[in-house]
Amino acid sequence: MPTINFIDADGVVTSAQGASGNTVMDIAVAQNVPGIVAECGGSCSCATCHVHLDPEWAPRVPEPDPEETDLLEFLEGADERSRLSCQLVISDELDGITVHVASN
Amino acid sequence: MAGPLNENSRVVIVGAGHGGVAVAGRLRQAGYDGKIVLLGDEPGAPYHRPPLSKTLLGESHAQPLKPTSFYTDQRIDLRSGVSVVGIDRRHRNVQTAHHGTIGYDTLVLATGSRSRPLKVPGSDLDGVVELRTATDAERLRGLLRPGTRLVVVGGGYVGLEVAAAVAPHGINATIIEREDRLLARVASRELSAHLEAAHRNSGIGVRCGAEVAAFVPRPDGALAGVQLRDGRRVEADVALVGIGALADDALARDAGLACDDGVLVDEDSRTDDPSIWAVGDATRRLVRGADAAVRLESIPSATEQASIAVAAMLGHDRPATEVPWFWSDQLGHKLQMAGFVHMGEETVVRGDRATDRFALFHLKDGRIVAVEAVNSARDYMAGRKLIRDAVPVDRRRLADTETPLRAVALVA
Ligand SMILES: Cc1cc2nc3c(=O)[nH]c(=O)nc-3n(C[C@H](O)[C@H](O)[C@H](O)COP(=O)(O)OP(=O)(O)OC[C@H]3O[C@@H](n4cnc5c(N)ncnc54)[C@H](O)[C@@H]3O)c2cc1C
Ligand code: FES
Repeated sequence: MPTINFIDADGVVTSAQGASGNTVMDIAVAQNVPGIVAECGGSCSCATCHVHLDPEWAPRVPEPDPEETDLLEFLEGADERSRLSCQLVISDELDGITVHVASN
Repeated sequence: MAGPLNENSRVVIVGAGHGGVAVAGRLRQAGYDGKIVLLGDEPGAPYHRPPLSKTLLGESHAQPLKPTSFYTDQRIDLRSGVSVVGIDRRHRNVQTAHHGTIGYDTLVLATGSRSRPLKVPGSDLDGVVELRTATDAERLRGLLRPGTRLVVVGGGYVGLEVAAAVAPHGINATIIEREDRLLARVASRELSAHLEAAHRNSGIGVRCGAEVAAFVPRPDGALAGVQLRDGRRVEADVALVGIGALADDALARDAGLACDDGVLVDEDSRTDDPSIWAVGDATRRLVRGADAAVRLESIPSATEQASIAVAAMLGHDRPATEVPWFWSDQLGHKLQMAGFVHMGEETVVRGDRATDRFALFHLKDGRIVAVEAVNSARDYMAGRKLIRDAVPVDRRRLADTETPLRAVALVA
């Protein structure tokens, strides 16, 4: 199973495995990673699952669809490496990915 | 006054819904190391409520809030099927229906709300149901098959979502609303009208200004239809009553805590007993932008209160609060709303309503106090920011989709 690494706002690292098909948000919720509230449960409505992709990984992750981009544009603290973790589906290609949980 | 929590403390949470689970999870995130007991009267593990209506007949209607490993990993003593029947504030314990007495250092009430009952003859008939819990959803699902005539009493978000969810499955849904429009308490006239048209276009019947007088039985005791006060009758096999919710504050009232249609809490989400906090639908509180204490029924509000309460319990700084917001999904309309619509004095439309992609901005004194976005998350997110910053905006630029939302404020 692919491994996902979370670095939270305090710099604490949480590494956990997740089955392909789950989202990065699902893993964060299961691990109780601070900063991933995921109020809407992954329906791309709430933007409370915001992460920044590690620079090394950013080019390797599929582009966001317009629905996600729309939520990100005016999100507090968002930048070009921002993603909503509920829209990041885990696959073997993402094994070892590092994401930084946005501080808010 | 209770001292701060430490590793020997016991926090007892009553109610294992969105708010209760958020408090438990947040306590661990914030470094609390003592005991957490999470008591819920529903059977099974806590679950997401929004899909109960939005995907009533879909595969994904039952979604656990957390995997079961969460509760063991986080050392949260989740006890499902346990109903709390009383609070002894002097001895700091709660009494349960069948599982004895449990002592607490800190108590959190997260009991949520219940469906408002419709007190008319026949409301106890078999085909008359409500939708609040997973058990309710199972029951309703079991009553629906292609060709079923469903009457939804109450044109609120839950009722509209259910009608929208079942219509594509060949169920004949009719919404009956007492007010002169759908979503009268929570949405603007413009949004109500837009959604009413969408429902009608999907074959859903909508009758506003119609009040239910009785549910009429067939000779065999099953539901035959709904009798309206004006004498008309609507034939129905199943009726869903969705006329709003009442705060579940009975435990708090019985224990002598200050309540006013909801447990009254301060800015720390604390009740008038320093050892007892309350979060979620069960509470009434002051929020950013509101003119009086309000009772919000939303997941964002419950989780925000969970963070506020935990910070106060642990003596941490109070987290910043957000403009209240809510979402809904129906008939391909992704809706996101923020702020208080009823405070608005004029409305600016951005986007084309005919395309089902637009936002309604509600202004007071030239500042945005609420936004209602239909399939336009960007306008919603920008609107939330503009509400919070309370900057005067230029109406013309706001209405012009060619002008970026970054450029609608009057001051730089
Ligand atoms: C069908 C439906 C759709 C919704 N859709 C949305 C949406 O899209 N977006 C949104 O933001 N909000 C939505 N809501 C509202 C949202 O679910 C609530 O605001 C939220 O659940 C509030 O959380 P809570 O913890 O206060 O209450 P709840 O989640 O209701 O949890 C309270 C729990 O406490 C239990 N309880 C009560 N008394 C006792 C007792 N004495 N002992 C033990 N347990 C007790 C109850 O059984 C319940 O399980 C929806 C609600 C419903 C019913
Ligand atoms: S969980 Fe709500 S947008 Fe990702």
